[in-house]
Amino acid sequence: MQIPAADSATAAAVREKPALQRGELSALDDATLRAALRRMHLIRKFEEVAEQSYMRGLVHGTMHLSIGQEASAVGSTLHLRPDDYILSTHRGHGHCIAKGADPARMLAEFFGKETGYCRGRGGSMHIADLTTGNLGANGIVAGGLPIAVGVGMSIKAQKQSRVCMVFFGDGAANEGAFHESLNMAAIWKLPVVFLCENNKYGMSMDIANAMAVANVADRASAYGTRGITVDGNDLPAVAAAAKIAIDQARQGDGPTLLECKTYRLRGHSKSDRNLYRTKDEIEAWRQRDPIRRLQDELVAQQRIEARELAAIEQGAQHEIEEALEFAKSSADPDPAQLTRDVYAG
Amino acid sequence: MPAEVITQEAGVRQLSYAEAIREGLGQAMEADPRVFLFGEDVGVYGGAFGVSGDLLRRFGPERVIDTPISELGLAGAAVGAALTGMRPVLEIQFSDFVTLAMEQIVNQAAKIRFMFGGKASVPMVVRLPGGSGTGAAAQHSQSLEAWFAHVPGLKVLQPSTPHDAKGLLLAAIDDPNPVLIFEHKLLYKTKGPVPAEAYREPIGKAVVRRSGRDITIVGASIMTLRAAAAAEKLAGEGIGTEIIDLRSLRPIDFATIAQSVRKTGRLLIVYEGVKTMGIGAEIAAMIAESDVFGALVAPIARLGGADSPIPYNPSLEKASVPQEDDILAAARRLMHKRKR
Ligand SMILES: Cc1ncc(C[n+]2csc(CCOP(=O)(O)OP(=O)(O)O)c2C)c(N)n1
Ligand SMILES: [Mg+2]
Repeated sequence: MQIPAADSATAAAVREKPALQRGELSALDDATLRAALRRMHLIRKFEEVAEQSYMRGLVHGTMHLSIGQEASAVGSTLHLRPDDYILSTHRGHGHCIAKGADPARMLAEFFGKETGYCRGRGGSMHIADLTTGNLGANGIVAGGLPIAVGVGMSIKAQKQSRVCMVFFGDGAANEGAFHESLNMAAIWKLPVVFLCENNKYGMSMDIANAMAVANVADRASAYGTRGITVDGNDLPAVAAAAKIAIDQARQGDGPTLLECKTYRLRGHSKSDRNLYRTKDEIEAWRQRDPIRRLQDELVAQQRIEARELAAIEQGAQHEIEEALEFAKSSADPDPAQLTRDVYAG
Repeated sequence: MPAEVITQEAGVRQLSYAEAIREGLGQAMEADPRVFLFGEDVGVYGGAFGVSGDLLRRFGPERVIDTPISELGLAGAAVGAALTGMRPVLEIQFSDFVTLAMEQIVNQAAKIRFMFGGKASVPMVVRLPGGSGTGAAAQHSQSLEAWFAHVPGLKVLQPSTPHDAKGLLLAAIDDPNPVLIFEHKLLYKTKGPVPAEAYREPIGKAVVRRSGRDITIVGASIMTLRAAAAAEKLAGEGIGTEIIDLRSLRPIDFATIAQSVRKTGRLLIVYEGVKTMGIGAEIAAMIAESDVFGALVAPIARLGGADSPIPYNPSLEKASVPQEDDILAAARRLMHKRKR
């Protein structure tokens, strides 16, 4: 694994070509690995239930599934502390669960219920759980990046030892907000981790047609900050790279642009007909399913028994089924309260 | 498949609002090599709402251009291309994202002609799917047209029918000024008669959709459809409703509104954008400032969006913008009111 220099300003470290790195399971203890696997299953089951509920007409609107990207969400947040912050995206269910949100309240939000995280006002694209440091998903591509700069300023001003991790996609890296935010975070050495989930497409736009550099992380050099690219379907690799970025942010060494190369196995949203990619490509990535991959490695390295794997998956399944019951049986908000909470105070 | 519908004999066909826009785009591109369409996912995907459909296949990637997600840059690119001899049509995927492009539209596109002393023009068209009703929540459901109607130098359109969606688009492409067209997401699948030829609807002219003598309802886009449904019920109660479809917010056709209000003496303005500081305020003030004011037999009424972001929950979402029943109730209330 290539370890970027601690001093973010050294041009040498910055110019170092980011390479896909393999992770080592040995860096993680058994309990951490079990917890990580359980979270990955929870995310997968949550999204499968969300998808089915949508298909059955139980919920309206749209949703963006991250099925296939679970290692990136769980690995990147594995070494965050409970009081660290995250900012998420439209494809944010995974980040939310990974940071410790209750899937029942998330599903209730998805169902538009008063018991949901946003009391049914926000829906899938705006779930926020302030108690776990989750400052919210975002319906605006790259909407979270400038906010992360402000969170970093706030952490610094209050002399806290927190870190803010902001998620965004490859497509978001072409918004002005991305460039402005990286620059500010770099010049002010803010405790921010810019976590790009490069799933190859921004909706139908292949990243190869949307940017002239090979990796999003290559852009880090333009801001004099660290850039790392990892195999985003390799949980230990993501966790190891994120640990470096998190530690350096916490130590006052400024931001890192960490890119997880991954793939969304489902369409962009419900209206996607997958006209821009081939079945073969989807199938090839299905073979690299991050959950199966982690399980295979755990078994191969005798870190876990196959029997226990099934129990972890079933536990997650059970939790999501209960969450669904909670969501379905919760009450709708009262339309008379429509304009409540437009203003504070 | 819409392509087949389009190749039928000339005449009037039933097309959807989305098909009508696509037909207009295709005809504009066939007729004028300066016209091109660009935006996020307008090519291979066929547009987030399926409007561009097969245009990439027909016109190729030089004229139907999939872009990175860069709204400010896209709006500026439209300005630059328009300024130097092209006729760009930009699709902003959801009208909400125009907030990222405000600088180039408001500071550049709208002002260049004036600032340059009339020596340049910016003939660009921006298409913006807007409105609520799809469960897309606060950042994907807004009605921001009034913001732009506040900017001299821009023209702002809101077609309600497939016929107008095509005719106004073609007029906008011809127009030497920046024109913003707010399309409504819920209208894309609605059908209506559309002539096959490339016709234009005049920018700045409202139409009377229904004649009546008791009450005037002014609206645009989907609100005119909801008003029409309400008017049917009002007719059953013996109330004659006149419906004015604005089609264009800037310039606004005050003469048509004034003529109707002079006849009915009652005015209800219905719009999906937030009621406060919205288009209703402007129309009401125009009436109040004019000699039509004396013809009013009841106070002017406005029915607009709630003073809140659009909520996700379906029943809250419905409650946040005027529905047919709200229009009906407001019209009935107005019929019972008298000016003191
Ligand atoms: C400012 C803005 N522009 C466009 C969109 C519409 N949109 C939503 S997600 C998306 C693709 C985003 O791609 P990426 O950042 O790679 O994230 P991914 O969906 O792949 O997770 C687009 C174009 C939006 N929500 N906000
Ligand atoms: Mg992407």
